[in-house]
Amino acid sequence: MEYFGIIIGAIFVSNIVLAQFLGICPFLGVSGKVSTSVGMSGAVLFVMTLATLVTWLVYVYVLVPFGITFLQTISFILVIAALVQMVEIILKKVSPPLYQALGIFLPLITTNCAVLGVALLTQSKNYDLLQAMVFAIANAIGFGLAMILFSGLREHLNLMMVPKGMRGVPIALVTAGILAMAFMGFAGMV
Amino acid sequence: MNQWQNFTKGFIKENAVFVLLLGLCPTLAVTSSAINGLGMGLATTFVLVASNMVVTSVKSFIPDKVRIPSFIVIIASFVTIVELVMQAYTPTLFDTLGIFIPLIVVNCLVLGRAEGFASKQSFLSSMIDGLGMGLGFTFALTLLGSVREMLGNGSIFDVKFATGDAILIFILQPGAFIVLGYLIALINKLRKTT
Repeated sequence: MEYFGIIIGAIFVSNIVLAQFLGICPFLGVSGKVSTSVGMSGAVLFVMTLATLVTWLVYVYVLVPFGITFLQTISFILVIAALVQMVEIILKKVSPPLYQALGIFLPLITTNCAVLGVALLTQSKNYDLLQAMVFAIANAIGFGLAMILFSGLREHLNLMMVPKGMRGVPIALVTAGILAMAFMGFAGMV
Repeated sequence: MNQWQNFTKGFIKENAVFVLLLGLCPTLAVTSSAINGLGMGLATTFVLVASNMVVTSVKSFIPDKVRIPSFIVIIASFVTIVELVMQAYTPTLFDTLGIFIPLIVVNCLVLGRAEGFASKQSFLSSMIDGLGMGLGFTFALTLLGSVREMLGNGSIFDVKFATGDAILIFILQPGAFIVLGYLIALINKLRKTT
């Protein structure tokens, strides 16, 4: 039940993109087509889970024993940057098809604030390792859900008669606002 | 380009939020009131100016291949300074901005200026560029925060000017997206006519 609460909370109630505003850059940047959104969501799921695992271990076994928790921002971003590089190199060697699918999204993920955001949120909520993993995966799914829904909407928007001044980013933002309003309907569920 | 143009380009012509669409996460998340927007903007400006100054000073010592990680470490150091200073002197603001203070590290604006400008230009230009872009970012956040606070709470900088029910949705999450969408459309219009 506890894990169920974390999952529903992360995916719907406080959706990482639409309620917490993390990962807005890829949300607006690569949501033009459903297929690219699926690729990006896959890459985020992969990196976010790994990054949360590693940063949790670094925090509990390195930063806390040495009493240097104020270095959390620096160490987390370094861990994430190194991890993304490593994942890229390993994927290239081990699974070329997966690299083909996710490759172009990986460098973008280092500066995706959703990954660092989830790592930091996990610490502020004092989750244990299993809870942290569930939280990371649920957030990645929430990111994917928002991203894929939004890219579906944008594909339709391209066919609509939008007033000239509102074309492109402005109408996309207003659409995202309405989508966020829909997600507000989940408030109070958990 | 003279230094004055270098300074003023961040406000409208190359505004980080309205034109370049960089750093949108904190822009949307913390602007539920004008004062929050101002605080976030100034914190980012400090990091931007300081990291631009350091990056431009050390640019000749850093090998090209490890350029980006080095920039990230420089930026992260300044973010940690801001974090500790804000925690000590403005604890309420620190609590409201919460996770978005450490997230200045991954603000694409800061890394973008370090990589795109400071790593190529002189010390003085980089400093002025950081200051101009940072204050432009602050301007955008304060404007967005003011509009949302006026519509959603009937006040500006915590000074109440209207009584009765305000349109609460504007200080909730959907309002952030909608107000920013209309502001971008407006700024686009203004840029075309001037």
